[in-house]
Amino acid sequence: MPTTAFLTDSTLCIGCKACEVACKEWNGVADDGFNWSGFSYDNTGAVGHSTWRHVKFVEASPEPGFGGNAPELNTWAFSSDVCKHCENAGCLEACPTGSIVRTEFGGVYVQPDICNGCGYCVVSCPFGVVQRNPDDGRAFKCTFCYDRQKVGLKPACAQTCPTESIQFGEIEELRAKAAARLSELHGRGMSDATFYDASDSSVKGTHAMFIVRGDPRAYNLPPRPEVPTEYMKKAWKSCAIGAGMLLAGSLLAFLFENRSNGQ
Amino acid sequence: MSKAFEFPEPDRERRLHEIRREAEQKGSVKSPGARPQGAPFPIASAETGYYGIPLLKQPPWTWEIPLYFFVGGAAGAAAVVGAIADVTGADRKLVRHARWIAAAGSVISPALLVSDLGRPARFLNMLRVFKPQSPMSVGVWTLVGFSSGAAATVFADFMQQRYGPSLPLRIVENAGQAASLAFGLPFSNYTGVLIGATTIPTWNQNVGELPMHFGMSGLSAAVGLLELMGHRKSRALQMLGLGAAMFEVWEGWRIESRPQQALDPLKHGLSGSLIRTGGMLSGPLPVALRLLSLVSNSRELRKWAATSAIAGSLLTRIAWIYAGHVSARDWRLPLEIKG
Repeated sequence: MPTTAFLTDSTLCIGCKACEVACKEWNGVADDGFNWSGFSYDNTGAVGHSTWRHVKFVEASPEPGFGGNAPELNTWAFSSDVCKHCENAGCLEACPTGSIVRTEFGGVYVQPDICNGCGYCVVSCPFGVVQRNPDDGRAFKCTFCYDRQKVGLKPACAQTCPTESIQFGEIEELRAKAAARLSELHGRGMSDATFYDASDSSVKGTHAMFIVRGDPRAYNLPPRPEVPTEYMKKAWKSCAIGAGMLLAGSLLAFLFENRSNGQ
Repeated sequence: MSKAFEFPEPDRERRLHEIRREAEQKGSVKSPGARPQGAPFPIASAETGYYGIPLLKQPPWTWEIPLYFFVGGAAGAAAVVGAIADVTGADRKLVRHARWIAAAGSVISPALLVSDLGRPARFLNMLRVFKPQSPMSVGVWTLVGFSSGAAATVFADFMQQRYGPSLPLRIVENAGQAASLAFGLPFSNYTGVLIGATTIPTWNQNVGELPMHFGMSGLSAAVGLLELMGHRKSRALQMLGLGAAMFEVWEGWRIESRPQQALDPLKHGLSGSLIRTGGMLSGPLPVALRLLSLVSNSRELRKWAATSAIAGSLLTRIAWIYAGHVSARDWRLPLEIKG
């Protein structure tokens, strides 16, 4: 089976939210209310249990003047966010039931028939993607359209994207495509275009890669996402020392008491 | 009757009148218009993140979890204290009381853990795998081992008290005690690993101390409970209580003396007040009361030290969980933005 990935190119995104609609419709995800956020035209806010694709509306971040704008106007960037399907996935490591697995396509998949809603994946995701649905009780996130991939189809969002801002394919091919696209953008003067896949962090790269303009932090993409397993050694060492202190302390206390009682 | 339904609204009508007058007099309207609710709006940038919308998700756990941390910590430590008291030949009553605390915890802990699950009926799914890389999985298996051991010990002890000594029951009692000792050691403090090894900054920045901190907090509570059950003459318990409270003083100093931004929820706001109150009740206050009780030989002061330690232990767990929520909401930390 090929290892697949998303390449989301924000320079091509027109903010139509077709990916959000397609994802909800294909996967039967419930609506999340109809609330105005006041944050540009983004009334979704973030990915979560009921939002597996989320179009960000980034105002005033990239260099002004590009993309046909007047020089004094800021560029308005859109970027469709999704579960990163980490190479070294915090949620997968943390899941105590084995509900979260890696599929043959390299994606990270929550098996809904096994999840018991312990919520530990939620605090183990460095990208804040997976979330417990308070009504249902289980944790949900993007499935990478495992069902569609199984039969050789593209994920619903990539299938629907009208500008091919969301590209889907074999991961190495997409990496090459991203490199080519980046040098093309740089050649056209968009020197602030950057590639984001977190491969230099403990996440060891993502299966959802992004091309964004400007600092990725304006897109809520963390500069150094950390997989919680990185803290494990320190944590268990402290646990062992704590247990040692408890055992030795109890022994000392009671032996000392015996001795002073005996005399 | 809500004010929003009053029509016409005098303030807004007056504002319309003002705009009309300004237009008449000056030919155009220059004064800032009515600002939409919530304005000025944040922007998305390298300095402000994505409109300040938090990147991380808050822990979905309910009130059961801090209580589980408290009960589990006290029960695990009580099992250890009870087992050591038993093998060193201490007062039988103290051993029995410690076992009862452990056994009570072995029933309450799983109940709390199960009721926190989004799908409590699927609790047993936790037992379909063992994953050493998942503190939740290791913890659940530790809980299973501990609960079985602690319950078996009390059961065998009770049956022997009732129907006289019996070798098979004696074996069950000792095996149960060995298991509750072996599993009680990690059970008393693994919850520090559980929250320390996460993406929540204020938790993972304390990952090296949290297990020790929670373990000593559990010991404080176990000792306090035993003292409230009447063991206020035991010098061993006094020493253990004093040692645990002194560790809590050190832990408080560790938190306060480090300037990292990620530790702010432990020092400021409601979460900071909770952490500090919990710390005072767990550390300096019991240390002072215990020292005074040593000097004055007062059992009344020990009772107060025990009460303070128990309250501090419970409040400490509530405060740490709450601080985690505050930390998750702080959008600056995962984006490495100072402020």
